[in-house]
Amino acid sequence: MTLAASRRRLLVESLGIAVSAIGFGFVYGLSAHDAGFSPIEAMAMSVIVFAGAAQFAAVGYVAGGLPWIGVLVLTGLLNARHLLYSASLAPWLQEVPRPRRAVMAHLLTDEAFALSIAHFRRLGRTDERGYWIGAIVATFIPWNLATLAGVLVGGSIPDPNQFGVDIIFPAAMIGLAVGLITGRRELVAAIAGGGIAVVVALLVSPAIGIVAGGVMGPAVGLLVPAAESHETAPLGSSESAERYAMPGAHLDAEPEADAGEHGTAESGESGAARSGGPEAARPGVPDAAGPGQGDRQDPR
Amino acid sequence: MSTSLILLAVLMFAVTYPSRALGLLAPALDRLPRGAIDYLQLVGPAVLTALAAVAVMVVTDESGASRFYIGVEWVAVLACLVVTAWRRNLLLGLIAAVAIVVVARATGLAALP
Repeated sequence: MTLAASRRRLLVESLGIAVSAIGFGFVYGLSAHDAGFSPIEAMAMSVIVFAGAAQFAAVGYVAGGLPWIGVLVLTGLLNARHLLYSASLAPWLQEVPRPRRAVMAHLLTDEAFALSIAHFRRLGRTDERGYWIGAIVATFIPWNLATLAGVLVGGSIPDPNQFGVDIIFPAAMIGLAVGLITGRRELVAAIAGGGIAVVVALLVSPAIGIVAGGVMGPAVGLLVPAAESHETAPLGSSESAERYAMPGAHLDAEPEADAGEHGTAESGESGAARSGGPEAARPGVPDAAGPGQGDRQDPR
Repeated sequence: MSTSLILLAVLMFAVTYPSRALGLLAPALDRLPRGAIDYLQLVGPAVLTALAAVAVMVVTDESGASRFYIGVEWVAVLACLVVTAWRRNLLLGLIAAVAIVVVARATGLAALP
């Protein structure tokens, strides 16, 4: 695919991501206001942290009175998946000057990863501008503008809970969890995490319950043998990013014609692999084999 | 206007940025032990479900005592789960959840917890 064609497609995909970021950012703003965040605090979270799930979680943590150290531990765990995204993108971005890569890192979200890795793989090479489009135009700007709108509008609603604002947070959490459940292990971890959290919350405190569920749930999930987990979208893969980048952020499968047109000499992947089909290759920590990285071994 | 949570945002950045930057700035660090990868894969679902479950199932009264709660919120969250899984669209799920709660409260079928 030519650069122009791939960028056109990137822009179309970015539009979908931007719309979802606007909707979700607005909801975040409402939730933050409902939890007592001031507009500047809600905006600080969106600009400085810029991690939707962690921000939503922080709203719950703060509202639940969780000590900051607990917030930070859970934030670190929740966002640790980004390490796999950055490792995925590293081969593609190694020619970009280090200062710009440092900025890119802050803007590396599920959505930016999903958009850019698909764009790079269509091209078979790096397009730095494509990354900025996915990270800033499609995600950062819409997310922050929507956050501002949500937290300001939230202040003008006299009794937000009468309009169901209080249900947005738990519903959003469970919806995001759905996007992450890609196998039996995740399902078991989610159920165990929720169950443990409720029991500990009732016995000790809600804040401690959340921490206990978040830390112990994965341990329970690991009891499911890997061979029986039926994993469909390993963390760090574009499939995982597409699922996690909900709402409605799923990228279309690559047309087979693309693979034939370019032969994917750089990555050595088939069209099916690039489209995340059932026979897709699973190289390395991430699936995003960059230039010259096609021989990575699946650690599983 | 409160600004105390700005510091929390900075600290959250401090624990988030390394995950985003290590792979890009130090590519040699791109390989974690398999056990760590497997654990990380499961943290997200567990944390998010824990948050949702506690938010919906546990109510803390003014004295600080927590009690188990059953209400229409369960139905709303379940509806969100089903719609999101079915349509792969979280916004639709949220709309369904909010609609259920609003209608139930407006018609007197449910009260605020």
